[in-house]
Amino acid sequence: MKIRLKFSKQGSLRFIGHLDVMRYFQKLNRRAKLDIKYSKGFSPHQEMSFATPLGLGLSSDGEYVDIEFNTVPGKEELLRRMNEVSLPELRITDACLLPDDAKNAMSLLEAADYTLKFREGYEPWISRGNGEGVFEGIEDFFEKFEKFLSQPSILTEKKTKTSVKEVDLARQIRLYERREDAVFLRVDTGSASNLKPELVMETFFRTCGAAYNELTFTINRDELYGEESGRLLPLIGYGTDF
Amino acid sequence: MRKLALSDDILLSVEKPSRYIGGEYNAYNKDPDSVEVNAVFCFPDVYEIGTANLGMQIIYEQFNRREDAYCDRVYSPWTDLDQIMRERKIPLFAVESQRPVRDFDLLLITLQYEMCYTNVLQILDLSGIPLHAEDRTQEDPIVIGGGACAYNPEPMAAFFDVFYLGEAETRYDTVVEVLKACKARNSTRQETLEALAEIPGLYVPQFYQVTYHEDGTIASFTSTNPHAPAVVKKEFCIRKDSESSDMDDSLPYPLRPIVPLSRGMMDRATLEVMRGCIRGCRFCQAGMIYRPTRNRSLDFLKKAAVSMLESTGYDELNISSLATSDYSDFREFMEFILPYCEEHKINIGVPSLRIDSFELDVMGKIQDIKKSSLTFAPEAGSQRLRDIINKGLTEEEILEGARKAFEGGWNKVKLYFMLGQPFETEEDVRAIPVLANEIARVYYETVPKEKRQGRVQIQASTSFFVPKPFTPFQWAPMLTAEEFTKKAWLVKDTMREQLNKKSLVYHYHDDNQTELEGLFARGDRKLSTLIEEAYKRGCMYDAWGDHMKYDVWLRVMEEQGITFEFYNYRERPLDEILPWDFIDIGVTKRFLMREWENARAGKVTPHCRKECSGCGMRKYHGGVCIEDKTEIQ
Ligand code: SF4
Repeated sequence: MKIRLKFSKQGSLRFIGHLDVMRYFQKLNRRAKLDIKYSKGFSPHQEMSFATPLGLGLSSDGEYVDIEFNTVPGKEELLRRMNEVSLPELRITDACLLPDDAKNAMSLLEAADYTLKFREGYEPWISRGNGEGVFEGIEDFFEKFEKFLSQPSILTEKKTKTSVKEVDLARQIRLYERREDAVFLRVDTGSASNLKPELVMETFFRTCGAAYNELTFTINRDELYGEESGRLLPLIGYGTDF
Repeated sequence: MRKLALSDDILLSVEKPSRYIGGEYNAYNKDPDSVEVNAVFCFPDVYEIGTANLGMQIIYEQFNRREDAYCDRVYSPWTDLDQIMRERKIPLFAVESQRPVRDFDLLLITLQYEMCYTNVLQILDLSGIPLHAEDRTQEDPIVIGGGACAYNPEPMAAFFDVFYLGEAETRYDTVVEVLKACKARNSTRQETLEALAEIPGLYVPQFYQVTYHEDGTIASFTSTNPHAPAVVKKEFCIRKDSESSDMDDSLPYPLRPIVPLSRGMMDRATLEVMRGCIRGCRFCQAGMIYRPTRNRSLDFLKKAAVSMLESTGYDELNISSLATSDYSDFREFMEFILPYCEEHKINIGVPSLRIDSFELDVMGKIQDIKKSSLTFAPEAGSQRLRDIINKGLTEEEILEGARKAFEGGWNKVKLYFMLGQPFETEEDVRAIPVLANEIARVYYETVPKEKRQGRVQIQASTSFFVPKPFTPFQWAPMLTAEEFTKKAWLVKDTMREQLNKKSLVYHYHDDNQTELEGLFARGDRKLSTLIEEAYKRGCMYDAWGDHMKYDVWLRVMEEQGITFEFYNYRERPLDEILPWDFIDIGVTKRFLMREWENARAGKVTPHCRKECSGCGMRKYHGGVCIEDKTEIQ
């Protein structure tokens, strides 16, 4: 049976990479004495698949992993057992039982929510060579940012390892909100269309004639979604309680 | 959330930031202020290497299981962070508490290999602790060195307040008690060091004076402080009251080892089944300094194995010791652990095996025969030289072991040899490829054509011999780099002459490290200026081949008049005072001399279970020395 787990990764664990998170879960599952399904062969391994890697330095409350079990305790019991043997900065926050024919988290992915908060000391109107003189203060920042987002099309270059291609951010940003002093963005995520919040900010700063310092914001991933008949559904919504 | 010493911008700009954040599963994370004595343990190399060290985990456990003490950890910052810390004047910090190293009471540095010496200076320097012990004040931690290299602490003597000689389990509790008392009394640094010098096994270099003859050899080595004993005895664990166990089960052991956040050198649990080795190979320092061989009890091992695996979630168990299959209850332990590991899908690693049928049977169960190789360490190619080095392994045993392995389905064999051992001739060197060829021949004789899966592969590797203190070869001359290279070439050329040459592969390391390793291994206090100057000119991470600045070392050596001729190439006379002679490891110098003579005569000394050779350990009434030898022939 396939279980989808939702987890958070915060604090100093922002500095461990995706491969290390995978290894962390292999050990966590053993410590929690879960009845995980193993692959066949001479060196069997756990059947696990993660939704999507999180960039180094980002925190998250919306990470997902699908794990195959032979048998599984009730949800509350599962969460309790796992959290008991997990680090305080990595918590399992939810779980659901997936139907047998469920697609894995990675292939479902369509969108992600991010909250960007100004990092203390790096506010672009203060210093650090990221926009002082361009932004007068927080209100001015939001004014300019909202104007930037209101353009019908926002063309920019996206560099990958092998190529540079032009993308339209306006088509990839699904939702923007100002939440007090923070920027909330819902953007395309997944194999078809993928946008990172950093690229939005980089492009915005460039448009304003400022250099973007990647430390300007602390970024938290809040949620990951798939799409069901035109509506976004958090990945945890694809299964049932158990 | 834990507060980190480094800001996000630094952490995001260095390679592998997870090296510096601590907070691993099973780490203690105590508040350093909540205890009476706090220590920070340092492994002077990168995190991935340091976390693999069992000795560290034992000391870590020993301190932290006490209510009144705490032990944090620190590793060498990699060169990228090193540079940032110097530029921005960030003091080196311990990974768990993220507190500056200089704020701790104790800084314990383990010396596992000579090539880490400049890294020790980096640690002190970045911590803001004066490099020289004599320049330190009440504000600085007491810097204690330990580990295998501390058995000749002299090249590093200037930089340490104290060396702990021997096994950590026995005296660190005393160290904590003494420090508590000193703190309560508001003792001066001098008084504290004097109190520490009185603890058995502890050596305070400042309290000793060395004088030299004109030729550079030692004229005298004397204690200058009434608190410092003339001879320092190594500490070791011994238990006399038990029939089944030689290591006390209540000794600190990491039953819940730290699980590194990023993949370490050893992503697995390590179980030490016994300490020491009965064999007495004459080149091997571990075989002498860890005498007598002591077993751990079967009950302890069962309990420890399960606890370590369950508390970490590791899927691999490494069974460790110098010669695991000499462990008395090896069979019983394997009969317990194999089914456990099979049930829980855990891999087992068992290094240092001798090849007999039981072991092949075990190996067959824990390895994928098709993929894995069997390992032998004959160390020398000819029987003559194996007798000289006292490697109790005959050609028949090797060929017979190989035959059994081939019958069992293996077709890869790895062989380890050492070049440059005392009395080695050209014939002995040529014997290496000849032996490899013989093993290949055994394969073709044993395995019928239709059953062969591809060609048999015999891989021979050689390393260069470095004479080490407290071995029968401590007086031996070491070869020059050119001589080493010549020998390696001779192996290579002879390999090509072999009938089965297509099945043979040869590897050797041609590096400059060996000569420096030799220099420090048997060096004296005069080398401290060399280490310091080399460090100041940028030498660091010398163990990392591409970071070794050999030309800098050579230049400083020349400037300071330090030569390999004096430290490495000459045979030392038996009556010379050796820099480490003030340490009593229990094994007597008389025994080592006798073994050196036996080597010259090519005479084999039997191992401890067959017959006691009177090495000096018997007086402690423990371990293999008091085993009943009548039943084993
Ligand atoms: S005293 Fe004898 S049995 Fe004991 S360690 Fe020495 S040689 Fe071995």
